[in-house]
Amino acid sequence: MTSLLTQDIPNEVQEARLSVRDLRVHFPINTGFFVRRQTAAVKAVDGVSFDISPGETLGLVGESGSGKTTTGRAILQLERSTAGSVRFRGVELTDLSAKRMRPFRSEMQIIFQDPYGSLNPRMNAGRIIGEPLIVHELAGNKDGRRDRVAELLERVGMNPAMMGRYPHEFSGGQRQRIGIARALAGEPSFIVCDEPVSALDVSIQAQILNLLSDLQSEFNISYLFIAHDLSVVRHISDRVAVMYLGKIMETASSADLYENPMHPYTRALMSAVPIPDPILERRRERIVLAGDMPSPANPPSGCVFRTRCPIATDECAEVVPHLTDHGNRHQVACIKV
Amino acid sequence: MVDQNSIQISNSSARSEHLLDVRELSTRFATPDGYVQAVDNVSFYVDEGETLGLVGESGCGKSVTSLSVMGLVPSPAGEIVSGSVMLQGRDLRLVPDSEMRKVRGGEIGMIFQEPMTSLNPVLTIGRQITEALEIHLSLKGHAARERAVEMLARVGLPDPGKRFDDYPHQLSGGQLQRAMIAMAICCNPRLLIADEATTALDVTIQAQILELLQSLCEEFRMALLIITHNLGVVARYAQRVAVMYAGKIIEVGTADEIYSAPRHPYTNGLLSSVPRLDATHHTRLKSIQGEIPDLAHLPAGCSFAPRCGWVVDACRVEVPELQPSASHHMTSCWEQDRVARELSGQSRE
Repeated sequence: MTSLLTQDIPNEVQEARLSVRDLRVHFPINTGFFVRRQTAAVKAVDGVSFDISPGETLGLVGESGSGKTTTGRAILQLERSTAGSVRFRGVELTDLSAKRMRPFRSEMQIIFQDPYGSLNPRMNAGRIIGEPLIVHELAGNKDGRRDRVAELLERVGMNPAMMGRYPHEFSGGQRQRIGIARALAGEPSFIVCDEPVSALDVSIQAQILNLLSDLQSEFNISYLFIAHDLSVVRHISDRVAVMYLGKIMETASSADLYENPMHPYTRALMSAVPIPDPILERRRERIVLAGDMPSPANPPSGCVFRTRCPIATDECAEVVPHLTDHGNRHQVACIKV
Repeated sequence: MVDQNSIQISNSSARSEHLLDVRELSTRFATPDGYVQAVDNVSFYVDEGETLGLVGESGCGKSVTSLSVMGLVPSPAGEIVSGSVMLQGRDLRLVPDSEMRKVRGGEIGMIFQEPMTSLNPVLTIGRQITEALEIHLSLKGHAARERAVEMLARVGLPDPGKRFDDYPHQLSGGQLQRAMIAMAICCNPRLLIADEATTALDVTIQAQILELLQSLCEEFRMALLIITHNLGVVARYAQRVAVMYAGKIIEVGTADEIYSAPRHPYTNGLLSSVPRLDATHHTRLKSIQGEIPDLAHLPAGCSFAPRCGWVVDACRVEVPELQPSASHHMTSCWEQDRVARELSGQSRE
């Protein structure tokens, strides 16, 4: 199977494991009582492009409604994209049938935010983790599966003897470990981590972040790490993309983005995140944005950020800014930069 | 009669110069597993115009502490067992329920985490503010409306006259939190309690709300008690910090002391497990091993002992008391001198 897939990969994309180009996901808004027709669309994701290399983490950061979760779901084909391309190891996923998508389902996994809602309460830990092994025929017979589940539990730092317990018997951190073990069962090369530590306490959050880093270096997994917490994203990611209202505003390496944020939104976002150091905090510049994020059903013309932007001019209402390179793969979508 | 009471109170407890002075407060809940001591012998104070941050992870008792201060512990399951809550020299525990209704929303303003569920969905924003004005300041009709619109404008709601007639569902999360703040401060409270008030909001909105709270506190000389799990928020806005773990305050001091020279292993563990925006990239986080203990089955001795890297035999036997190391810096740890010495050695390296 693998050899068949690698055959038709053009040379230039071979280095990127995942390549997303101009991805759009628009949700129709239907009105009318007798005759339903589409009158508008919520542009949840509106022209997003990025690459992720093997073993690399791309952090996708943004506030609620920025489209970061929809982007992750569209990559995994859990959401139908309106336009654009998602190529995984050179294979275009957007036009695969459900059947032809199946081999990729084990190789591309997802870890969810809510460790309480994402595990079936009527299955014990062993079955939750063992199910992908059955579906993708990965571990042979029952004994083989049992051994593999035990091995996975151990790998995520849990006692294999807990296999028979049900989700409600575990703490939030342990449930997230089970979610990670379930994702690992498919032997993935790519995992979408959708807010995996947002629901956890800080002391537990650090344990899970360390575990994700260890697994990445051990299995050379690529992550798309989605979170609203800029400090967490910066910590775990090699590169970061900042999203606002369905578009990427700025993308750069983690270090570059912190040392030299260029987009006014990134700057505001950065200054809004307090650093746990009161002495440093007294010196920091604070940029407070006015107002709320506009509705994605009715985004502003031109630059979508202009309604809250401290440096916007009339020109920003007319020109749609595109990501332009400022060297070292640091790209910014702003005409004022 | 009332006078006699107040004389008795001021005689029995030494006159406190603090605005809020909580002493040896204990609150417990009855559960099927027996009593759970959610707040265990907690003492702290808040001065006029000062901001105190009460930080801790889930289940540490920070919210129950604030509910105890406001006399809102859900009964009959929960009850305050002992201790006193002195507000401007008056013990709120001795104040009858009917009188407490005037204290809440009057001298103490409150802002909660979920603005959507803390507001009444079938009353307009304006009505909910004028209700408070009626109860506490006996303002009615036009005067109440005027004051409410003025407050809505002060908290930065655009078009306050129109917002007055809106229902909660017509406002965004950030706007609702602003309306909540207007409601909390409309009767000129001396103390504002913000219990995870910005946790559900996006960071840019969180920054808006916190900046607003800070400027309001300065303008009206209100004291602010911020209850949160977010160490960054406390570092930015609080002058003093109290850290809670398993129902107890384990360290309290000025923000600078707590953040730059922590003396309790838990405070240190908490600080080193948060990813920092300004950290060098890909440094490994120093997580605290193990899990937060179950309050119904606390270990003997120090509750943090099973997760602690500095643990000695004494820790598993006897509970350490808060001991001062500087004028206002108190830590409950048997080994705090060794911890402080080793940590300052580490940071110098």
